[in-house]
Amino acid sequence: MKRGMKTYQQSSERDRQFTRRALIIGAGQGLLLSSLVARMYYLQVVEADQYRTLAEENRISLRLLPPTRGNILDRNGVELAGTRLDYRVIMVPEQVPDVEQTLAYMTRHLDLDEDDLDRIIRQVKHQRSFLPVTVAENLKWQDFARINVHLADLPGVHPDAGETRAYHDGEAFAHVVGYVSPVSARDLQDNEDPLLELPGFKIGRSGIERSFDLELRGKAGSSQTEVNAYGRTIRELSRKDGQPGETVRLTLDSELQSFAHRRMGKESGGAVVMDIHTGDILAFVSTPGFDPSLFNVGISQKEWDGLLNNIRKPLLNKVIAGQYPPGSTFKTIVGLAALENGIVTADDEFFCNGKMTLGNGEFHCWKRQGHGHMNLHHALEQSCDIYFYQVARRVGVEKIAEMARRFGLGQVHDIHLSGQRSGLVPDDAWKRATLGVPWQGGDNLNLGIGQGFLLTTPLQLAVMVSRIANGGLAINPRLVISHGSEVIEHPAQPIGVRPENMEHIHSGMWAVMNSVHGTGFRSRIRDLPFEMAGKSGSAQVRRITKAERAQGVIDNEDLEWQLRDHALFTAFAPVESPRYAVAVVVEHGGSGSGAAAPVARDLLVETMKRFMPKEIAAAREEKARS
Amino acid sequence: MSISGPFFSRTENRTIGGKLSEISWGLVLTVLLIAGIGFGILYSVSGDFDPWASRQMVRFAFGLVLMMAVALTSLKFWFQSVYFLYILALGLLVLVELGGKIGMGAQRWIDLGFFQLQPSEVMKLALVLALARFYHDRPLDEARRFKNMIVPAILIMLPVGLVLRQPDLGTALLILLGGASIMFLGGVRARWFIGAGAAAMAAVPVAWQFMLHDYQKDRVLTFLNPEDDPLGAGYHIMQSKIALGSGGIHGKGFMQGTQAHLNFLPEKQTDFIFTMLGEEFGLIGGLVLLALYSVLFIYGIAIAMQCRHTFGRLVALGVTVTFFLYVFINIAMVMGLLPVVGVPLPLVSYGGTAMMTLMIGLGFLLNVRIHRDATLSRADTIE
Repeated sequence: MKRGMKTYQQSSERDRQFTRRALIIGAGQGLLLSSLVARMYYLQVVEADQYRTLAEENRISLRLLPPTRGNILDRNGVELAGTRLDYRVIMVPEQVPDVEQTLAYMTRHLDLDEDDLDRIIRQVKHQRSFLPVTVAENLKWQDFARINVHLADLPGVHPDAGETRAYHDGEAFAHVVGYVSPVSARDLQDNEDPLLELPGFKIGRSGIERSFDLELRGKAGSSQTEVNAYGRTIRELSRKDGQPGETVRLTLDSELQSFAHRRMGKESGGAVVMDIHTGDILAFVSTPGFDPSLFNVGISQKEWDGLLNNIRKPLLNKVIAGQYPPGSTFKTIVGLAALENGIVTADDEFFCNGKMTLGNGEFHCWKRQGHGHMNLHHALEQSCDIYFYQVARRVGVEKIAEMARRFGLGQVHDIHLSGQRSGLVPDDAWKRATLGVPWQGGDNLNLGIGQGFLLTTPLQLAVMVSRIANGGLAINPRLVISHGSEVIEHPAQPIGVRPENMEHIHSGMWAVMNSVHGTGFRSRIRDLPFEMAGKSGSAQVRRITKAERAQGVIDNEDLEWQLRDHALFTAFAPVESPRYAVAVVVEHGGSGSGAAAPVARDLLVETMKRFMPKEIAAAREEKARS
Repeated sequence: MSISGPFFSRTENRTIGGKLSEISWGLVLTVLLIAGIGFGILYSVSGDFDPWASRQMVRFAFGLVLMMAVALTSLKFWFQSVYFLYILALGLLVLVELGGKIGMGAQRWIDLGFFQLQPSEVMKLALVLALARFYHDRPLDEARRFKNMIVPAILIMLPVGLVLRQPDLGTALLILLGGASIMFLGGVRARWFIGAGAAAMAAVPVAWQFMLHDYQKDRVLTFLNPEDDPLGAGYHIMQSKIALGSGGIHGKGFMQGTQAHLNFLPEKQTDFIFTMLGEEFGLIGGLVLLALYSVLFIYGIAIAMQCRHTFGRLVALGVTVTFFLYVFINIAMVMGLLPVVGVPLPLVSYGGTAMMTLMIGLGFLLNVRIHRDATLSRADTIE
């Protein structure tokens, strides 16, 4: 009974304790469930907006749509740089039943080597199976067509066309149009254009491609797509098309340019054809050229070394960055400076016996036996050095330099190409600042024949001869007509030289070509009813020692290529009413009249044929009638 | 097993029909509603009954039959066989340790050909029953004695140790906490729990060093700092929080969850199914499910309190607490409140093993309700 009592007491105490503890557990559960509710409230109400944004960021993938790069056209609308379709074959691994078999099949129809196959198989293994793998690109149409025929046997293989930059007659235009190449790590520093981060995007690296890179690039479009966790696109949500790049129109005439490039042949040098009234550059050739599409996909080290180590410097734009002494082509400016300053008249004569002395120095004419009595007309015609020594000595460096600058030398012309050099028009101040010695009398003589410190680029020579040809209008060279809807104008101002003085220079330059004594007579125009005027120049690149002169100056043909004189020629046509000017520099060409004059003549003839067919026909008719 | 005698109450010899009338149909309805929510989400996962929802329905139907069968059996029968069941479950655990199938990087299953048996699941119930019997057999003053804490502690630690070796941290925690709660209800002095809690805290560094696998450590570290590793181990929990948070109050709508349907959400048909509910039905959907679970827990506690014998009370509350632990650990885990330990959401997550355990557990709960007045004595042990 006692035990029973105890059991009873215990069991009632146990009941109470159990009830108490069951309630504690129930309360604990309630508390924990409340913490879950609180957490749910926090996540789904308090922080909901933030998580909603994160969910959208997860779900929506913004893809940039690259715009089509703008075209570069010549003055007639011929496409110099454009976008071509790049035919390629891609494969979506998840759609291919047997990758190895498919590749083996394709090897029979495409040119795939071991490296290609390795790359393809590696990509198939490492990337998600719904992402396409490029099997082959830059395919010829025949190969592309052949794969298309066999598509039925190749599930998962798709023909595709991408965009790539293509150049018209690349070598001839390389120095003007330039090239594009893939984005480098350095480009991405401080870059704000998201386009640059697109795989395969190209940036303009030289020429117009570089100067107008931003305009040509265009604006990116975008596509919003819904993607899943593995990056597979589920559907496109919205699409905003990009804006293609602007079209850049150049002043070049593509056929004349190609002709000029062919005409320069294997020579190293530069040639410019210019419209003397507008300054439009019709041809702009620097040789040797290079193939700009080499840079498109990344140039190989071997090809790059080949370009760098070539002594004819194919990568140097000689028209704007090649600096040469103008030689005798500069005599026109010296003569004009003398006339304009009233120091010498056109009829004043100087006697040339082949050499003259000044102080301790002895100065020679290119013609050892001398020219005899020379006035301006004949001095230009026969390029007498003594005459211009005498004139330069009297006019002095400052007046010659001033005239040179007025005709466009010693300065950079804004033609939207980078890397332009300014050449050098020396004067007393320059010599003191640079060499620490004053200008000497002998320096005047050298300057008088376009030698010594004077340096010019072919572009400057073209500007110079254009301003002479148009009778003293300071036209500015123009390479770009327009980009997009914006037209680039280069207004011209009169230089302010007296027309009768210009006439004297013109007549001397006419005689160079058309007088039997003229240095360019052999290169005169014979097959058109128009005459040209010109001035030859040969610029020494070595010093002729007294000893050599005593033995007889070595002929250019007997010298190593690098030691031969540069050959220069400036010319314009038609003489009666000038329209086109040309400047030609043939590096180490020997003599201007021999190496450069025929090129200059052919360029002028071709230019007139292209631009003045009616005038030529009319002149021929008139000639036949008379 | 006789059906009459001085030690049996009148409830032991009732007809099936009589017992059915005693079943708590409200509880059964709650279970059906919870499972129904699960079917809905599983339908959303694939956009069809196939493959998840339909299979889950078949399993649930089977589980329902099991639940009713367990509910209608004699409680006395289970009372008599608890230790046998415990030893059987322990034997199966050892067997798994020796040669179980490798699944999910951990040894957990025994392949019976038609069914993959997970002994740790059997153990969850066997332990509840064994501990309930142990305290039923001892008056309160004996239960309070220190020497009577040794046997329950061994009963708990043996399976916990074996499950940890598998390794299955989540199940080990469920067994440990389930067992501890029965000890608490059985009468063990509160100070022991406080002491054990303190000891557990002290043991954390030791366990960290010697007992946890690298992937378990990763999970804990990830839990503590999910943003440190958003693409690696922290990815799951970040994506789960994004899914829940972006669901907002009303949710994105049935089958409209972008996180789930675009596969940002991991394991959405199993461990992270609550997240999918939260994304598609928002805070409201989550609260409805929590409310249904709460109803179930209240039923459990009420059944325990109405029961006249210690065995029934402890079984009922043991089942309820186990059920609660599943719910709490799972939801806390997907919301970033607990490390990811791989505990499914009861009756909702896709998967058969946990569902069978829970349905059988609910069967015991109903059984206790039917047999709340049963007289069970120590002498009923099969020895």
